[in-house]
Amino acid sequence: MCLAIPGRIESIEEGSNPKMAKVDFGGVKKNVCLEFLPEANLHDYVLVHVGVALTKVDETEALETIELFKQMGDALDELKEGDPV
Amino acid sequence: MKYLHEFRDPAFAKTLSEKIHTVTTRPWTIMEICGGQTHSIVKSGLENLLPKSLSIVHGPGCPVCVTPLEIIEKAVLIASKPNVIFTSFGDMLRVPGNSTDLLHVKANGGDVRIVYSPLDAVTIAQKNPEKDVVFFAVGFETTAPANAIAVWQAHKNNVKNFSILCSHVLVPPAMEALLSSAENRVQGFLAAGHVCTVMGYEEYIPLAKKYKVPIIVTGFEPIDILHGILMLVTQLEEGRYELENQYSRMVKKEGNVSAQEMIYNVFEISNRKWRGIGEIPLSGYRLKNEFAHFDAEIKFDLGLIDVQESPLCIAGEILRGLKKPFECSAFGKECSPEHPLGAPMVSSEGACAAYYNYKRQEVLNSN
Ligand code: SF4
Repeated sequence: MCLAIPGRIESIEEGSNPKMAKVDFGGVKKNVCLEFLPEANLHDYVLVHVGVALTKVDETEALETIELFKQMGDALDELKEGDPV
Repeated sequence: MKYLHEFRDPAFAKTLSEKIHTVTTRPWTIMEICGGQTHSIVKSGLENLLPKSLSIVHGPGCPVCVTPLEIIEKAVLIASKPNVIFTSFGDMLRVPGNSTDLLHVKANGGDVRIVYSPLDAVTIAQKNPEKDVVFFAVGFETTAPANAIAVWQAHKNNVKNFSILCSHVLVPPAMEALLSSAENRVQGFLAAGHVCTVMGYEEYIPLAKKYKVPIIVTGFEPIDILHGILMLVTQLEEGRYELENQYSRMVKKEGNVSAQEMIYNVFEISNRKWRGIGEIPLSGYRLKNEFAHFDAEIKFDLGLIDVQESPLCIAGEILRGLKKPFECSAFGKECSPEHPLGAPMVSSEGACAAYYNYKRQEVLNSN
């Protein structure tokens, strides 16, 4: 039940209290409370748990982690190529 | 969805698995402490990608599972009252109390409603002023901001017919309880990423130091978990015991400060009983005194509830990482998700249920 999933902010309800937004989870749209992420903007990816956005997805960090996996894969391939068969 | 499918990529899984095999030279026992991770590990068969010498044990990371039986029984009793609308996350409905479960209360005419968010429960209360609306507020730190803001909204809008049945638990004190026990055999932890999105990870740094265990803040996708395991084993092999953050795309050191402020507006830290483990000091939240009128346990004074756990159930040993589900004699026999005898079988995130759903055949064949 602690599952939290990333979604994309489609629209922000101006003047709502608490601050609410429509978030798109790969086609499923839900009303989400944005009260704890006042800095979130339209089209940002946010991590949502039980109707409350908890954090913004840090795209730079995400890309860095993915890049790390790619490099690890390349390094392993090189090792294998270097192996005497 | 962006940043989701990359973390399920089989090619990355293969790379990480190979790397873990290269790094691991000795047997290690590591624990994950989040039901979502337990579910992900067992469902995607991650253990098959790991060296045999790595033992992954599943900690008390499922809030549905660790909610005490007497609280479940209280939920059933409150939900059965004629003037009550009882609201809850869906996964609490099938958990049996001593007499029955919420699903049966509903089938027998009780007004039990599944809500997506605790804020929906406040809306239901505003729309039904003649009814008492109760929300079943269970969960770890991840869920606390949502539960806190629901109470805060009810307070601000003077919604008097709203209350919560609260059984909130906290991860770091549970980890400390495990680590300080003489029988502990856990050598490293994957810390629950979503808990840390709210609380940050500063609380874990002294734990890693004091007990000399590496702790890796880890996400939920299969690739995140393999990456977390790789970071953990690397530290163990190098004799380091530090806090590291695998889930940097979601977790900042300080967490979400504004969410924490909301939690402390409404809740204070208190002792909590964990099902299968017992009372752990300062391991949960309760409503502050000035919010006591939102406390369903006070509103519906039910007194002491006497409940009996099944003598067959070894949940305590499972939740402390001492045994695996298939070592329980009742597993798959007297105990199944349809008839759970104990905590880890009641929710799909519990270790026993995860093994039952995804590994039962394997387990029964090997017996
Ligand atoms: S299989 Fe059932 S009885 Fe055995 S430990 Fe798990 S929950 Fe308890």
